[in-house]
Amino acid sequence: MTSTRVKKLALHLALLAGVLISLFPFYWTAVMATNTTRDMYRTPPKLVFGPELFSNIARVFENIDFMGSLLNTVIVACCTTVLVLFFDSLAAFTFAKYRFPGHRALFGILLLTFMLPAQLSLIPQFVIMVNIGWVGTIKALIIPASANAFGIFWMRQYIQGAVPDELIAAARLDGAGFFRQYWNVALPVIRPGLAFLGIFTFIGAWNDYAWPLIVMTDPSNVTLQVALSQLNTSHNTDFSMVMAGALLAIAPLVVVFAVFARNFIADAMKGALRG
Amino acid sequence: MTDTRTTPPREAPPGARPAAGRRRGALRTYWPHYLAISPFYVLFLVFGLVPVLFSLYLAFQHWDGIGDMQFVGLRNFEFLVKDSTFWLSLYNTFVIWIMSTVPMLFLALVLAVLLNSKVRFTSFYRIAYFIPNVTSLVAIAIVFGAVFSTNQGLINAILGWLHIGAVPWLSNEWTIKLVIACLITWQWTGYNAILYLAGLQAIPTEMYEAAKIDGAGPVQTFFKITIPQLRPIILFTVVVSTINGMQTFTEPQVLFGGNASINPNSGGPGQAGLTAILYFYREAFSNNDYGYGAAIAWAVFVVILLFTAINWRLVQRRDKGAA
Repeated sequence: MTSTRVKKLALHLALLAGVLISLFPFYWTAVMATNTTRDMYRTPPKLVFGPELFSNIARVFENIDFMGSLLNTVIVACCTTVLVLFFDSLAAFTFAKYRFPGHRALFGILLLTFMLPAQLSLIPQFVIMVNIGWVGTIKALIIPASANAFGIFWMRQYIQGAVPDELIAAARLDGAGFFRQYWNVALPVIRPGLAFLGIFTFIGAWNDYAWPLIVMTDPSNVTLQVALSQLNTSHNTDFSMVMAGALLAIAPLVVVFAVFARNFIADAMKGALRG
Repeated sequence: MTDTRTTPPREAPPGARPAAGRRRGALRTYWPHYLAISPFYVLFLVFGLVPVLFSLYLAFQHWDGIGDMQFVGLRNFEFLVKDSTFWLSLYNTFVIWIMSTVPMLFLALVLAVLLNSKVRFTSFYRIAYFIPNVTSLVAIAIVFGAVFSTNQGLINAILGWLHIGAVPWLSNEWTIKLVIACLITWQWTGYNAILYLAGLQAIPTEMYEAAKIDGAGPVQTFFKITIPQLRPIILFTVVVSTINGMQTFTEPQVLFGGNASINPNSGGPGQAGLTAILYFYREAFSNNDYGYGAAIAWAVFVVILLFTAINWRLVQRRDKGAA
């Protein structure tokens, strides 16, 4: 073997070690979720899949309202994503392609809002939710999250490059108004950008924990992440059942991500260079 | 974070703005544009700006959320300065942040350099490294809790198999922090590696060729070209890690947070995993002490600003020293 081939091999071994560490927790979750808790006590422990997955999942369903919390999470994640895509891309399109009095100052304010950490507003947000009667409802999770500075900032950068000014000028000559220019000209062109922002938003909404934990005050009506945390604190002796719950919470997202991953990572890298 | 792109000059939409009555004219002409950007600003006003101002007001009140507010002046902050639990939570946050950020950014840089060396299967590696970052933090904190469990955990089982005694990972002051730091490192190393990789790929190859002609070795090239060129991205990752690290909450909350209000050991035995934001959460939402909670939130905000500024200067200065 030549020295370059040895080098290549060493490189791949190093990279594969990283992959192993990255992916092992998923494998181990599946191992624990498919065995009994007693198998976990054994020395040496069982390192391969077992036949107990469905009985473990059945116990998850007995102990928490899995389907109810899953439904809440799916509704929250889908609604948030659709609203964010619409509001953020519309605002981003406006900032990217039009000048209007105050546009510079308004965009500056938008950038400043990045600096405010979430915990500063948590208590008052909760008080507001109590006063408008949204506590314990998924409205409290969807509405405040339905437009955000990051999405507008990212989409603006994207639209500046993706939507040619000539296209908008041509549409204007054809008599298209502002909203028609957005809907008919910009939207079809920026679909790849929307895909990135959509996945990003969906994953964030799906995994969100602190705010749902605070605002979903009825323990029987929560999101999947909060239900999973409840399962962990109340049944922490039944390991394999809790792991089956964790597996169910992780799996859908990993699948969604694996499907879109290639473009998603490329877009995330582009975003980093602009930042 | 500046926008380096130059935007082409844009045409003003039809209907030039009238010289007189500029404001009303602008509103009449540009109302679709203002309408289009309004959702963010309305939401920010209601759920961002008003709450932030209200929390500043709250920091000077005593309030349990139900009864009347009572103005207490600086008493919340006086109490905060003497509150040993608050200082402990800051200390814990800081230690966990160091224990996670240093290995995380170092490993990320190593991975990025390896990935950048024209190796095959790059997209497979990238996906594998990025997946931890999109995984539910609650679920993975539970999994880490199981892996490091004293009696049933995989780590102790392996140690026992090698005839090494069991380590009480989740009840010792240092190993509690170590487990939380491992979790953060696991989740964010790949993310940072991808960012560094983006930066590495943007470095023009001519720079490396020039260095080679000048007789620079790989180590010299790395420190004289790669690191300085990566400076903006390193700065970005350090700032993001500082902001995230100072707000660590979910990991200790899921691992040790059960029954926070009744359990004096929330944050784990000896409160070794009690981070500043977990303490904030406990005071505000378990003990319903909104005024004190708001004071903690503002104190943490000031600490974040301070740390970010210090790190910013450190990264920039070190770079100047190297260049």
